[in-house]
Amino acid sequence: MAAKEHVQDPAEAALLQRTPAVIAPGHTFESVTDSIAGVVLTKRTTLGWFFGFALAFSLLMLLNLTIGKLLMEGIGIWGNNVPVGWAFDIINFVWWIGIGHAGTLISAILLLFRQQWRTSINRFAEAMTLFAVACAAMFPLLHTGRPWLAVYWLFPYPNSMGLWPQFRSPLIWDVFAVSTYGTVSALFWFTGLVPDMATLRDKATSPVAKRIFGMVALGWRGSARHWQRYEMAYLLLAGISTPLVLSVHSVVSFDFAVSVLPGWHATIFPPYFVAGAIYSGFAMVMTLAIPLRKFYGLEDFITMRHIHNMTKVMLATGMIVAYGYANEAFFAWYSANPYEGYMMLNRMTGPYAFFYWSLIAINAAMIQLFWFRSVRDNIPLLFVLSLLVNVGMWLERFIIIVTSLHRDFLPSSWDMYAPTRWDFAMFAGTIGLFFSLFFLFVRFVPAIAIFEMRTIVPEAKLKEHHG
Amino acid sequence: MNQSNDIEALRARLDGTRGREYWRSLEAVAETPEFKEFLHREFPSNASEWLDPVGRRSFLKLMGASLSLAGVSACTRQPIEEIVPYVRQPEELVPGKPLFYATAMPFAGSALGLLVESHEGRPTKIEGNPDHPSSRGATDIYAQAAILGLYDPDRSQTTTNLGEIKPFSAFVEAARAVVSGQGSKQGGGLRILSETVASPTLAAQIEALLKRFPAAKWVQWEPVGRHNAREGSRLAFGEYVEPQYAIEKADVILSLDSDFMCAGPAGVRHSRAFASRRRAETGTARNRLYAVESTPTNTGTRADHRLPLKPSEIDGFARALAAQLGVEGVTAGTVSDAARKWLGPLAKDLQGARGRGVVIVGEGQPAAVHAIGHAINAALGNVGETVTYTQTPEAAPSDQRAGLRELVGEMNAGKVDFLLVLGGNPVYTAPSDLQFGAALHKVKLRAHVGLYEDETAALCQWHIPEAHFLEMWGDARSDDGTVTIVQPLIAPLYNGKSLVEVMAAFSEAGARAGYDLVREHWAAQTGLSTEAVAPAPAPQPAATAPGAPAAPAGVAAAPSQPLSPFDREWRRWLHDGLVPNTAFAPKPVTLQAGFAKAAAPAGQGLEVVFRPDPSVYDGRFANNGWLQELPKALTKLTWDNAALIAPATADRLGLFKGEADEAFASKAPVVELKKGDRTLRVPVWLVPGQAPDTLTLHLGYGRERAGRTGTGTGFNVNVLRTWDSQDVVNGVELVATGDTYQLASTQDHWSLEGRNLVRVATAAEFAADPGFADKRELVADRALTMYKSDWKYEGYAWGMAIDQNVCNGCNACVVACQAENNVPVVGKSQVLNGREMHWLRVDRYFTGELDNPDTYHQPMPCQQCEGAPCEVVCPVAATTHSDEGLNDMVYNRCVGTRYCSNNCPYKVRRFNFLLYQDFDTPSLKLMRNPDVTVRSRGVMEKCTYCVQRINQARVTAKLDDRQIRDGEVVTACQAACPTDAIVFGNINDPESRVAKLKKSPLNYALLAELNTRPRTTYMAVVRNPNVELEPPSASHAEGEEGH
Amino acid sequence: MSQIFDRSANFLSKASLGAVLLLVGGLIGLVMVIGRSSYVTRANEFIEQPIQFSHLHHVGDDGIDCRYCHTSVETSSFAGIPPTKTCMNCHSQLWNQAPILEPVRASFRDDRPLRWVRVHDLPDFVYFNHSIHVKKGMGCETCHGRVDQMPLMRQQNTLQMTWCLDCHRNPEKYVRPRSEVVTMGYKPPVPQSVIGAQLVKEYGIRGNTSCSTCHR
Repeated sequence: MAAKEHVQDPAEAALLQRTPAVIAPGHTFESVTDSIAGVVLTKRTTLGWFFGFALAFSLLMLLNLTIGKLLMEGIGIWGNNVPVGWAFDIINFVWWIGIGHAGTLISAILLLFRQQWRTSINRFAEAMTLFAVACAAMFPLLHTGRPWLAVYWLFPYPNSMGLWPQFRSPLIWDVFAVSTYGTVSALFWFTGLVPDMATLRDKATSPVAKRIFGMVALGWRGSARHWQRYEMAYLLLAGISTPLVLSVHSVVSFDFAVSVLPGWHATIFPPYFVAGAIYSGFAMVMTLAIPLRKFYGLEDFITMRHIHNMTKVMLATGMIVAYGYANEAFFAWYSANPYEGYMMLNRMTGPYAFFYWSLIAINAAMIQLFWFRSVRDNIPLLFVLSLLVNVGMWLERFIIIVTSLHRDFLPSSWDMYAPTRWDFAMFAGTIGLFFSLFFLFVRFVPAIAIFEMRTIVPEAKLKEHHG
Repeated sequence: MNQSNDIEALRARLDGTRGREYWRSLEAVAETPEFKEFLHREFPSNASEWLDPVGRRSFLKLMGASLSLAGVSACTRQPIEEIVPYVRQPEELVPGKPLFYATAMPFAGSALGLLVESHEGRPTKIEGNPDHPSSRGATDIYAQAAILGLYDPDRSQTTTNLGEIKPFSAFVEAARAVVSGQGSKQGGGLRILSETVASPTLAAQIEALLKRFPAAKWVQWEPVGRHNAREGSRLAFGEYVEPQYAIEKADVILSLDSDFMCAGPAGVRHSRAFASRRRAETGTARNRLYAVESTPTNTGTRADHRLPLKPSEIDGFARALAAQLGVEGVTAGTVSDAARKWLGPLAKDLQGARGRGVVIVGEGQPAAVHAIGHAINAALGNVGETVTYTQTPEAAPSDQRAGLRELVGEMNAGKVDFLLVLGGNPVYTAPSDLQFGAALHKVKLRAHVGLYEDETAALCQWHIPEAHFLEMWGDARSDDGTVTIVQPLIAPLYNGKSLVEVMAAFSEAGARAGYDLVREHWAAQTGLSTEAVAPAPAPQPAATAPGAPAAPAGVAAAPSQPLSPFDREWRRWLHDGLVPNTAFAPKPVTLQAGFAKAAAPAGQGLEVVFRPDPSVYDGRFANNGWLQELPKALTKLTWDNAALIAPATADRLGLFKGEADEAFASKAPVVELKKGDRTLRVPVWLVPGQAPDTLTLHLGYGRERAGRTGTGTGFNVNVLRTWDSQDVVNGVELVATGDTYQLASTQDHWSLEGRNLVRVATAAEFAADPGFADKRELVADRALTMYKSDWKYEGYAWGMAIDQNVCNGCNACVVACQAENNVPVVGKSQVLNGREMHWLRVDRYFTGELDNPDTYHQPMPCQQCEGAPCEVVCPVAATTHSDEGLNDMVYNRCVGTRYCSNNCPYKVRRFNFLLYQDFDTPSLKLMRNPDVTVRSRGVMEKCTYCVQRINQARVTAKLDDRQIRDGEVVTACQAACPTDAIVFGNINDPESRVAKLKKSPLNYALLAELNTRPRTTYMAVVRNPNVELEPPSASHAEGEEGH
Repeated sequence: MSQIFDRSANFLSKASLGAVLLLVGGLIGLVMVIGRSSYVTRANEFIEQPIQFSHLHHVGDDGIDCRYCHTSVETSSFAGIPPTKTCMNCHSQLWNQAPILEPVRASFRDDRPLRWVRVHDLPDFVYFNHSIHVKKGMGCETCHGRVDQMPLMRQQNTLQMTWCLDCHRNPEKYVRPRSEVVTMGYKPPVPQSVIGAQLVKEYGIRGNTSCSTCHR
């Protein structure tokens, strides 16, 4: 009956013909709820989960070790030097922050644009954002080598020195941008969780689970008043976090744009960074979504429709990024500024040229593949490509930071940078942190918003049609 | 230590990584155990403590240090500190105010007059003595680094006999036993081996001993002494004389392989004299310098014309020139075409400047060339004008080389019962074929007096720690003969004995205090009575500033009492730092026939030149971290020596594949140098301007017992240095081994990339276009700025002007800055990673063709920008602008984001990546300047224009209600600079020297296009070429390049 | 189905929210309070000295001028702690048997200095100069308090940066005539608001607040 009604709906039918649906046909409230909540409640924890978590956790331990050594000996354990004062530390910071972006974009902007396809991916995209920001936030503090100072001197408070931070410094803007971003994303994520937590509370069998989910659900009963207020709050949060999507990475880009360094001192940085952020963010969502839907059999909810859309977003933002590269080169030539010119030349032909060209190969050339439907349909290939995009975006930050610093104005101070084992350990460690958190997340929290999925199953449509 | 194995292992790693060219740095292998091992071998414990200080320091301690740096704002309590007043406070000593004492640094048979700053009895900084002719207030790197030498924890600390600790008295008895034993045979078995002695007292003591024992012998030996110069003067005049050059009077100067501006203490005097005719203020009275040299020298870099010739060709060139000038007794030798082109114009120029020119011959040249040089000067009527001849500063000039060989012969023959080595380290420095060490074993009793338990001490039964010159009473002559009484700044740290005191042990009178010995000698010299109305006062060094004589801290001041006639003089000498009217009077000399007979051996194949190392000299400073880490002027190498080679020659020999830039980066190929059965493995380093087919090897490295810092650094080139070829070795065979060796250079990139950083014009071009220096191709119109009104600086506005016309890259400023500002030593591996800490660096650029480039030195302190890019980006406002225009750096506020360094276009900021400061070694605590914060880990630091000196002057001025006078604030670098290239002062005062300089047309700001508006500006270089050698068209001013 | 939580949960949940806010705020407040507390600043803390030297007696009762002992206060950055000799000037005659003074006599006898404990101890990265402050009419009392009423020396003020800056930013509040520098219990003859401004002008006082004034 439901199915019949559904098929007769002309709009839906038309939609079906053009693109795959955002949810496989034949699903009902129950089926949705069961199959998603089941991941958390009923399904037994797979061996794969344990294996993956163990791997991630061991990397997390490596992070602890590195941080310990860092605090004891100072950042001299890294490869940083003069002139290359920033390297892996800030590269990783920008990279992680960038990854964080997709989450907010999906949850906030797509929500405001009433993009139904967001619903099945927003939950774990937001989670990803949180974890990425957590990883990112670590670097600005640790890269001083003496975080116990940075922590309380960067925040303005009336201290016994009668001193305030230097509000003209982009690093201070970072502090606010990143902390705000972290807070809002957390709120948004949690608010989204509340109804599902209630669902879990009600479906859970063990009293302990009931109590725990119960507490987190904050006494949600799903009454009309709850729903009405909830929708309003969620919408407001979306409104608040929308500007953040643009602001955060713009501010991060100011760290470079505000300086005088050729290769940093460029007005295109904010848009170019934001685009890059969304680009890498979606790449990471993809990297996570593809295995997720596979292992937990969520193909019905994370459908080809989502994959296609994400690929298209990546294509679009990727093109903007590529345009950014072109611009940098053009400015370097058009400004006729010898330092700018040399900077570009050095990127293309200097000692780090290999990385520059691999970056171009990935972010400018490779993404052109996304034009082809055949590629967009090829899941394994997409997985590889999205991984490569993450690599490419990391390289972009490496190029921007290292090649600009290592040869700037006075040839006398030129030098080379090379990372040490501890640089890599730190990077790997944050990846470990990220995945440890993510594994815990998919295990203990519904990775897809159940209640929102309910709104897009045909039954919901049916209800709407029949008033 | 089997280093070779380590190198093998290291090379294996490097080969493995060769594929990854894009990491063109050591880090790829730095973390491997082999390399760690290798480094640690190279820099044993102490150095590696500097490299990796946290190894032995605990986490908590570090947190503590950083937190206390963080200040009391956090919940950290101040530690309880004590305050310990004197029991009887010496008069003249005001706690918190430094005193200055005049003394002198004896060095290689000469001396440099000094003023030493003392804080509560701790000497902390050395300046030149403005009243002293050898210094005129300036110093060289060795004098600056002497402070670290004094506090060096590795100095030998006790008298030992066969390794057993003995009191000095025990040695005295042993000495007396020897002496009495020698009585019968007239001291036939008694030999004294000293360095060149310029101390009248010591010389007199030795002479006295020789009088007692006619058969005893005294041999002096300097590994890089003025042997050729002395023999040259004997060839020319039949006697040992010292040529005194009045370079300030010379219009035309020809340097024949001479580094007269930087070789030895006289270099300070010569640099200043040369600069006086060359600085921006000089105007058109510019002198002209021709340099003919086999290896680039600091002097050569300031030359208007430079001709690289193989060492063997210089003799020929000198003869040809002499012939051209019609000097009798000299027949033209063979000269290369390049050289022939020179002869005409050069001769003409010299003749044109009769009596106003001078020819100076370098120590490395054979005696005959020196003689020819004297002859040319005579022929040109320069003698009496720009050159005068006096007796030698060393008391007993002699043919030291012959003397040493003779001594070794006697030692081998077992003729020597007792050898007293008075300072020096002959086992290491003697020519290798003499086998001095082996010969030493044939001496029955051997005693060594020295600052370190070095290679020689290891082979002697007795070792007596020598007192550092800052710890002892003594005297010394500087080149011009002026005598300075050396007075102690501090009681001997390690109860060392001065050479005078050691010699006294052999006198009839027996061991005495150095103070009495020196006084008696001079009392006798002056013939004044020491009979005071009251008993002679206790030792009282005399403070020079501020004001009248004072007791050294810690020593009770003697109650003032009537002084003897001699003591009245004596006190004045101590106060002024020199004995008046002791400068030598010129003595007439007559040229002897046949001075030019001995022709230099014709060169064949590769020629190897031996030179004292620019930093560690002949190895005596090998354990001095400041000098080890000091970038050598032309190579910018630290912690190592290398075989310097011309790029063209390197190409021909197939060393260095890849483009020039890479070749200048720090991974150097190791070659094997063969001469007969002697072989030396050494890395090669490209030096543009090096003569073709000529290698330069620097002495002083590869020490085996230098101390924890110096042992094992670099390569001992003495292997190739035999008695008959101490200056040059001909026909050396070079074999590329395919190995590479990591050399720590602080400036990998040598070219200007066509950037308009060093601005140069010839005198003619300058006259035609006076504004050439300040052309601002890229500078935006200030009218475009958003901020219409700049901050107005009432009161003082500090600024600096650096004159590139005269800077010869002698590095004195760099060491002075390090000493003044407690700048740490970081060690080789950190330098390799670009983490050296020098606040002031001297950038070196080559322009023009690679075989014979123009070389420019650009001292680079913090530019103190008015629009400082570093200030706006510091999140905690740790670097801010002072109301006098200084770019302040607050170490205790710094959290270490390094953003300021990234955003500094001049890259003059330095970061403590690790805990570089040594907070543990007690003697180093005494050394530090109490007026400058000692920075801990994680803190950014930089030049502050010596703000501690500015503040001191401001307080002093305010205390007597006046403004700070021009020249009252002298930065450490400025004070040390022998050429007076650095001028500092208040640019708000139009009468100040710096303000006047900044009005000069030559004044320009570096990277002005960035609108940083630096307070430090530079004087463009005006060259003064001979148009016949360099037609105007051929000139290359940097401005033309690239734009 | 049965309720998991009873009604109290409603209250508890709301209360816990408030509690969290209070906790965070409280912690920050605590840090700031401790940072200014005399525990950290050591202000007004009694310090054990080798000799129970009483300024109350020497300054208050005997009326000895500060500069008799602190000789370099007008010439040097360091006010100067008297050498044992200075003590003995009087105490070789007065109380020359008093057991309490034995350490002084011992020090003089065996030429071993007394080891006082610093009372006013600035961090090593702060460079303070007594001479210029005295020259500009800063009274000893202004920083060191009524020394003449201190049986045992203690630190009167926090010596924290804000405290320094307060005077450097508006010196007119504290400056006094040079003649009155060593006076204890100085009362301005005319209101400070008047004389202060005059003196600042007369002495040419620029309350210098550049970082390098005190930090190098």
